[in-house]
Amino acid sequence: MMHQNPETTPDVRVRTARPGDLPTVVALDAETSGLEKAGYWKKRFAWYAGGHRDRFFLIAEAEGAPVGFIVGEVRAWEFGSPPSGWVFAISVKPQARLHGLGTVLLDALCARFRKAGVHQVRTMLARDAQLLMSFFRSQGMMAGPFIQLEKALEP
Amino acid sequence: MRLQTATRIAIYAVLDLAADPARQLSSAQIAGRFGVSGNHLSKVLRVLGRVGLVEALRGAGGGYRFRGNAKRLTLLDVIRLFEDVGPGGEPGEPAAATAEGHAVRRVLDEIDDTAQATLSSITVATMLKLVEAERRAGAPGRPAGRAAARALARVAG
Repeated sequence: MMHQNPETTPDVRVRTARPGDLPTVVALDAETSGLEKAGYWKKRFAWYAGGHRDRFFLIAEAEGAPVGFIVGEVRAWEFGSPPSGWVFAISVKPQARLHGLGTVLLDALCARFRKAGVHQVRTMLARDAQLLMSFFRSQGMMAGPFIQLEKALEP
Repeated sequence: MRLQTATRIAIYAVLDLAADPARQLSSAQIAGRFGVSGNHLSKVLRVLGRVGLVEALRGAGGGYRFRGNAKRLTLLDVIRLFEDVGPGGEPGEPAAATAEGHAVRRVLDEIDDTAQATLSSITVATMLKLVEAERRAGAPGRPAGRAAARALARVAG
């Protein structure tokens, strides 16, 4: 199912992902992360790209070609948190960066979160993902009230 | 996190100058905005000038101008010009080699890693947005100085 409510800028159009976008997303993610994860993205598509009310998989197109994507979901009461929008992935083709595409994608996702009734957006990042962290910081995001803890499980 | 006085003055000066890279400000103007010592600020501006972050313009109407890239320059870049931000503690002291010393080191490293990740992800351009937000929120006192100080306090504690 597709949503027919694309945002447009002079050069960029944001739309809901379609099944045919899967190879592009896999390739774009492989290009930016260095790992090809076709099986993972196939499952993510099934979960996020079905036109749900609170799960979103958006594609940015420039001149008719996909140049980036963002994935997010409204989740509630995990870790005691009221409903909030989570950004799980964002990627922009390296050649298309520095033109505000990331901002357009995040704004489009936040608009959907607002429409879904939430007023907080959050994400989680690797501490050394400086470029990505700088991007989210530039969008006004600050450290939130949660701290992630972990430990290795001994055999 | 506590920053040394010179570091804080450097960040305020960079934010003030970067807000309008075409504008020249005298050291007296910057010192007046933030209520800091002119002598202290001059020393700080010399360091910033040596690394090319600010340009000193001589003569009547001279002053300082921002010459860095606000979208790339991070708080950590500026802080490192004035103080060490590596692992704290005293690795040379005997207790550092004990199990207790290692345990304390692990906790302090966790704090350092988080602080560095924060400071290295916040650019001058992002700080200027925070300053604007503080200004809109009505930071009292010297308008420029108070807003910049509150923006810095939000990220450096």
